[in-house]
Amino acid sequence: MLQKINGKPSRAVIKLRDAAFPAPFPHTLEYSPPARGTWNIVHTGMLVPESHQIYICAAGCLRGVVLTAAEMGMMDRFSTLEVREENLITKDNETFIIEGITSILRRLPKLPKAVLVFTACVHHFLGCNLRYVYSCLRKRFPQVDFAECIMDPIRQTQSIPPEARERREIYRLWKHRPRSTASINIIGSNLPLDRNSELSCLLENGGFLLRDMTACRNYEEFQSMAQSCLNLYQNPFTHLAAKDLKERLGQDYLYLPQCYDADGILAQLRDIGSFLGIPLPDFYEPLEKARKALQLAKDTIGSSPVAIDLSFTFRPFHLAHILCRYGFHITQIFSDIITKEDEPDFLWLQKHHGDIDLIATKNADLRLFRRTSPEKLLALGQKAAYFNDTPYFVNLVEGGGLWGFNGLCRLSSLMMEAFRTPKDLRRLIQKKGWGGPCCL
Amino acid sequence: MKQTARIISTYSADIFGVCSALFELGGMVVMHDPSGCNSTYTTHDEPRWFDTESQIYISGLTEMDAILGNDRRLIDDITETALLQQPAFICIVGSQIPAMIGCDLPAVARIVEKNTGIRTFSLPTNSMHSYVHGVYLALEALAGMMADSAAREPVSPRHINVLGLTPLDFSVNGSAESICRWLAGNDFTVVSRWAMGSSLENLRRASRAEVNLVVSYGGLGAARVMENAWGTPYVIGVPFGSMKKRLLPCLEPPFDHAYPAARPFSSTAESVPEKNIYLIGESVFSSSLATALEDELHCHIRVICPVETEDRLLRPGDLRATDEIDLEPLFSNASAILADPLYEPICPAGTPFIELPQEGFSGRLYRKYIPDLIASSCIRDGIPELQKIPG
Repeated sequence: MLQKINGKPSRAVIKLRDAAFPAPFPHTLEYSPPARGTWNIVHTGMLVPESHQIYICAAGCLRGVVLTAAEMGMMDRFSTLEVREENLITKDNETFIIEGITSILRRLPKLPKAVLVFTACVHHFLGCNLRYVYSCLRKRFPQVDFAECIMDPIRQTQSIPPEARERREIYRLWKHRPRSTASINIIGSNLPLDRNSELSCLLENGGFLLRDMTACRNYEEFQSMAQSCLNLYQNPFTHLAAKDLKERLGQDYLYLPQCYDADGILAQLRDIGSFLGIPLPDFYEPLEKARKALQLAKDTIGSSPVAIDLSFTFRPFHLAHILCRYGFHITQIFSDIITKEDEPDFLWLQKHHGDIDLIATKNADLRLFRRTSPEKLLALGQKAAYFNDTPYFVNLVEGGGLWGFNGLCRLSSLMMEAFRTPKDLRRLIQKKGWGGPCCL
Repeated sequence: MKQTARIISTYSADIFGVCSALFELGGMVVMHDPSGCNSTYTTHDEPRWFDTESQIYISGLTEMDAILGNDRRLIDDITETALLQQPAFICIVGSQIPAMIGCDLPAVARIVEKNTGIRTFSLPTNSMHSYVHGVYLALEALAGMMADSAAREPVSPRHINVLGLTPLDFSVNGSAESICRWLAGNDFTVVSRWAMGSSLENLRRASRAEVNLVVSYGGLGAARVMENAWGTPYVIGVPFGSMKKRLLPCLEPPFDHAYPAARPFSSTAESVPEKNIYLIGESVFSSSLATALEDELHCHIRVICPVETEDRLLRPGDLRATDEIDLEPLFSNASAILADPLYEPICPAGTPFIELPQEGFSGRLYRKYIPDLIASSCIRDGIPELQKIPG
């Protein structure tokens, strides 16, 4: 059912009760709101220490990734090979890529340990023989590890999304090492896991060395993750990489989807404890602390409307569900899709809070969205903040590295702080890659 | 090897140039592209995005639609959205994949126009040219629309259009306003500004102008269309420093049609020095700035134009070079370099580098440091670092 926004009917807003799982909005022209905090493939690639990225595509495609690197202040780890018109017609593209990358690598002050090469949609359509390309590059530069990434958004809905492929290729850089049963990895995240989380404490107190990909300081540290016995991950773009590591290196994996409810957190802790054979401590105290923190946040925020968006967490419906149970007045969820993990929460919300507005973030009609809220509104996430033009927002993305009961305490604290203290919306949300280096 | 960039940036693309040129006119621009183009343009190349409700969208082209030649979804999506949002016009531009598969965007535009009753056109972009090409195409097409459809108004003395204004060349630092202030201060009435600070209605009245001032290569196509359609003469150049004095007589009848910026300015130096001072940027902007600087600093400056232009817009001795591999040898023999800060990594150590940020190259990164060099009569006021230039 179309609702009116700004006096015009909009395809971008529906009531939750009317939404269909998993794609509540029909495809149409897409709009891009100016909330830029989420990480892109350049940001993620820069997490590989001592690596270099090379993108091969048209100027229009290069523009966004080049300037991402520039805004990170990391142009010295970034190069490009520009595909021009003649390349589509007259050139041997395999040779063009091989010689282009060779030329770039020979002009670098020193050879990087690893090179993340990003070919593009165009190479798929040209039928470019990338196997041959990488075979030649590896012969020419045996001391360099090449990651075969692809920036091919044209295939993102029908094949492997570039973010998922990139993670798989990054972890394919790992070489076999003797297995250590005392070492466990956190993989796939862009942001470091909270070291005070119950997960970190459980593993460290159990005598395990926790290796977080985001904390690797050099290539050797990155490679040493190959010896770990278990990969833990929260980022859903990591499924492919985790399965690939299991197949290739025999590393087990556990997916720990972002979780905001006590039962779910305890279940994840039990899974880890059971897998590693470590006894679980009593989590009553942190659980109670988290419950009280959320209650305090509720008392502070009261019945003021709260909006959540999909850049804040990979599980916006789950978070909305939990906050509703604590009595928060959730009025809007900004999300273009509903993931499988969120399906039960979505169904619960439909049944009990069907009046919540479900709002797309990319639909063209959002361009005419009236960016205002009649009363003080707390936004969880940059897009929810932008569309409501509210300075009262929690500014983090992708869950912010929060985990478990400690994460809930931190979240509650951030919500109260955001509700009390206005932020500079325009300045904060336009920065790319929240939590990463930024020169703006 | 050509086409490689070890460390420097890349210029904004033609598809973004179109968006930038049409941004303020109430139309809808649809980029036919899988993804990414929209956020790239609106993050890095469009300083007006946060506040202005301009209808710039992306089609979300998929692999299967590309392979099967399914243009139906594109047509339906544009039609449905346009009927809801009622833009003043619709412009469809393609990126690399639509160009490669031969997507017939003119036909798509005709069908959309038939479906919606809204003037619709396409432009032959492919993301493989620079933004100046896109600005050129967009403003040329707009001028064509005006020549075809807008009622011709009687020419008024000392009325003028400014052609080729976009933030990609002039940022949003007041430069566009400074040009207009300078014109107003010299008893000109600005009819329209193509296309910053004017509405589509203003542009429709462009035939009233006695003369056009072309301030970037992007405005040249529109100038030619207006000359052919209405006989409006045009003068090329940006009023930096001494260029103001050079341009003013050309803007008076009978109008000097000899393109001031391209004229072989005599250098104030006695002879061309062995080592060069290089200035990198768009041709009209840079040639004008170089000329003004030569007058002000009494030195010889060579422009390097890395984006599309015409040879006659460059002065004798100026160069065209885009690739890092071509620029590095030139820089190695430079006595000073004026360029966007993202060129600095290929500037030899010890060679004075004077930062001249340009949105078309570094996007929003140095936006707050881009000076309005038109407001004052002295360019040194806007670029204090010019004192680094060897005497």
